[in-house]
Amino acid sequence: MGIEVRIPTILRTYTDGAKQVEGTGSTLGELFADLDRKHGGLRDRLVDDDGLRRFVNVYLNDEDVRFLAGLETPVKDGDTVTVLPAVAGGAG
Amino acid sequence: MLTITHELHDKIVAHARRDHPDEACGVLAGRAGGDRPERFIAMTNAERSPTFYRFDSGEQFRVWREMEDRDEEPVVIYHSHTATEAYPSRTDISYASEPGAHYVLVSTRDADTAEFRSYRIVDGTVAEEPVTVVE
Repeated sequence: MGIEVRIPTILRTYTDGAKQVEGTGSTLGELFADLDRKHGGLRDRLVDDDGLRRFVNVYLNDEDVRFLAGLETPVKDGDTVTVLPAVAGGAG
Repeated sequence: MLTITHELHDKIVAHARRDHPDEACGVLAGRAGGDRPERFIAMTNAERSPTFYRFDSGEQFRVWREMEDRDEEPVVIYHSHTATEAYPSRTDISYASEPGAHYVLVSTRDADTAEFRSYRIVDGTVAEEPVTVVE
């Protein structure tokens, strides 16, 4: 059993259309590296040099990982990670 | 084309008026694949700003999960501009992340009339579409 990762519509081009994929790792950062081996390019859409991309929300089970430890957040088999693009904008 | 009921249309405008001069934002959920908005969900603008909006991340998670459980999708994503026209800004275009959604913009810059317009925003390209209001 691995870690279930739910992929939003806009990123399913990296997963052959799959709504959820599985990965392994002991931290969120390791999980994303593992996913990138199977789904090349996905990691770049989630993280940049500074960590998690600002307009991507990542949740471990039902908690926003920004309120946990970001990419250092520990993950384990049986967890569910959900990725949602932030809904944002405005007159600017 | 966006087809929307009077009731949902008026709820969006009322929300935009209520939060003016800050931007208001929210979602209309509808049956997955149906393209008809049915359920009004006002969202918290976590930025509480007259020039920017962002859904509160925890609230977004709960609402998105609820839609999935009900076999719904975000048919409309709406927000208001409070001092400018109801046209997507560069910020709106760069953060648009639901290619299947109708992006509704309401302008509350005029106290008497509300501009209510709808767009598709896909891969950085904006296409305005007609809005049909039905009973």
